[in-house]
Amino acid sequence: MTAATDMTSIPGARPVARKTPKAGFDLFFRNASFGAALLVLVLLAGIMISMIIGGWPAFREFGLGFITSSVWDTQNEQYGAWPAIVGTLSTALIALVIGVPLSLGIAVYLTQLAPAWFKKPVATAIELLAAVPSIIYGMWGLFVFVPLFAANVQIPVSNIVEGMPILGTILYSRSPSGLGIFTAGFILAFMIVPFIASITRDMLEQIPSVLRESAYGIGATTWEVVRHVLVPQAGVSIIGAIMLGLGRALGETMAVTFVVGNANRLSASILDPGSTIASRIANEFNEAMGLQLNALIALGCILFFVTFVVLVIARLLVARVKRY
Amino acid sequence: MTMTTTPRELPHTPWGRVRQSRRTADRLMKIIATAFTFCAIFVLFWILGMLLVKGIGGLSLATFTAVTPGPGTEGGGLANAIVGSFVLTFLGIAIATPIGVLAGTWLAEYGKGSQLANLIRFINDILLSAPSILIGLFVYVILVEPFRGYSGWAGGVALGIIAIPVIVRTTEDMLNLVPGPLREAGAALGAPPSVVITSVTWRAAKAGMVTGILLALARIAGETAPLLFTALNNNFWFSPSLAGGVSNLPVTIYQFASAPYENWQQLAWAGSLIITISILLLSIIARRIVAGGK
Repeated sequence: MTAATDMTSIPGARPVARKTPKAGFDLFFRNASFGAALLVLVLLAGIMISMIIGGWPAFREFGLGFITSSVWDTQNEQYGAWPAIVGTLSTALIALVIGVPLSLGIAVYLTQLAPAWFKKPVATAIELLAAVPSIIYGMWGLFVFVPLFAANVQIPVSNIVEGMPILGTILYSRSPSGLGIFTAGFILAFMIVPFIASITRDMLEQIPSVLRESAYGIGATTWEVVRHVLVPQAGVSIIGAIMLGLGRALGETMAVTFVVGNANRLSASILDPGSTIASRIANEFNEAMGLQLNALIALGCILFFVTFVVLVIARLLVARVKRY
Repeated sequence: MTMTTTPRELPHTPWGRVRQSRRTADRLMKIIATAFTFCAIFVLFWILGMLLVKGIGGLSLATFTAVTPGPGTEGGGLANAIVGSFVLTFLGIAIATPIGVLAGTWLAEYGKGSQLANLIRFINDILLSAPSILIGLFVYVILVEPFRGYSGWAGGVALGIIAIPVIVRTTEDMLNLVPGPLREAGAALGAPPSVVITSVTWRAAKAGMVTGILLALARIAGETAPLLFTALNNNFWFSPSLAGGVSNLPVTIYQFASAPYENWQQLAWAGSLIITISILLLSIIARRIVAGGK
């Protein structure tokens, strides 16, 4: 009743009562959101430029030798990045060797094997593995995993391989403290598992179920469906997911700093202490001055370009995934 | 899936033996995949169990009321570090939220489909996975070195830069889920785009956008590396001006964990427990909101 009377009265009586937004706000809002979006580009460019400028004195001083030299001598101001580069690449490689099979197994379990009621809690647990801060992985590594690893793996392995031709070099440990390149890679593996596993799971879920059903229809087993239907379908994106994990492993800092041993020299054994680019920066930055500071930022510059290339390739390969 | 293998025996076919080996391979892979999954879950519970066992002994009233002790000083707590962490984290979120929401809005509403939007989305994804230590170095170069000193502001900016891509990504994703007719209805009433976005689209996507902010909060609350070069740490209450180092939990844990003082180590464990529980709770709450919104 009242509604009816209101309706008749609207045209004449209350045309001005409605808020009329000004065109100025519209323009302002559009420009503000555009500016915010551009800021994302500015940030990346800013990181790139600041790394180059900050590291420039070191690059100028040592030239290409900065990358190839293994000397890191604070007293005589000689800096070379080679041991840190090797450490970064080898810890990341070990992390992939352990982490990739784990992640793929988890993705297969979550999409093909787990009972429906169990999927959600398992998926949540795997994702919580990504929420645990890096520094907690470092503490777990240093106080729990390292002593176990030293006593049960490192010392026995060193005793066995001592004197052997190749294994004696790669696996013999001169100081079996549990700290080292391998330990860092092992802990990194569990840190990258949730990222690779969840992207791979999404890729497998996006594959049309018709494909799966037709394979089952001609009598394929679950494993054969995974191996011959799902993996070839999702292959490229799975490689992308793995590279995304690689990007994480290359730049991970706190966990690695705790367990890598922070040795400045290069060792042929993966059970010996070493350092990565990120761990060296975290370790030395606050005491560094002058050229050492520039050398550390130059290390950051190298890390930036390596991870940038890896992440660009990874993102191009997984471009169709909706999550992160 | 139940129709995969018929249990009927066909004794005369030459396939019998092949089928057995295929079945073995299938079973083996199922066992391995299941074992790997439980291995990862085991590690999660191992870490949580370790934090509970070692951290709970360090929790007391003093943990939340006393400031962090200096080297060799008895007792002490984490009060200043906890408050400092809150301040830095919320400063980071306060910086990142408007920028992230607006940028995500531009990507979903204005720039949609344009080359520039695709580029920005791509770069945002790169920033999302960029090593946080590099963000710390970047803020050191632009804010700490020129102003000659570590500060809470630099720490907040570093955390904000890490949070921005998370918020951009979730905002865009959530806005893309809002059905187009809703926008058209708004436009049909005569509302300009800005009003349609703020009072129709944003309102419809509110739960998802809040989730993005919570996830960003969870992401930056435990970040340590970028704070090492920006906010640093100290054993005192921060000054309200946020000039100078600001005490915070992650860097305190880092410094206390491997120190030779027993009370420092105990506090490092207590701090780890506090920070991990808060982050896991935040992540679970964020997940709940998403699940409830659908």
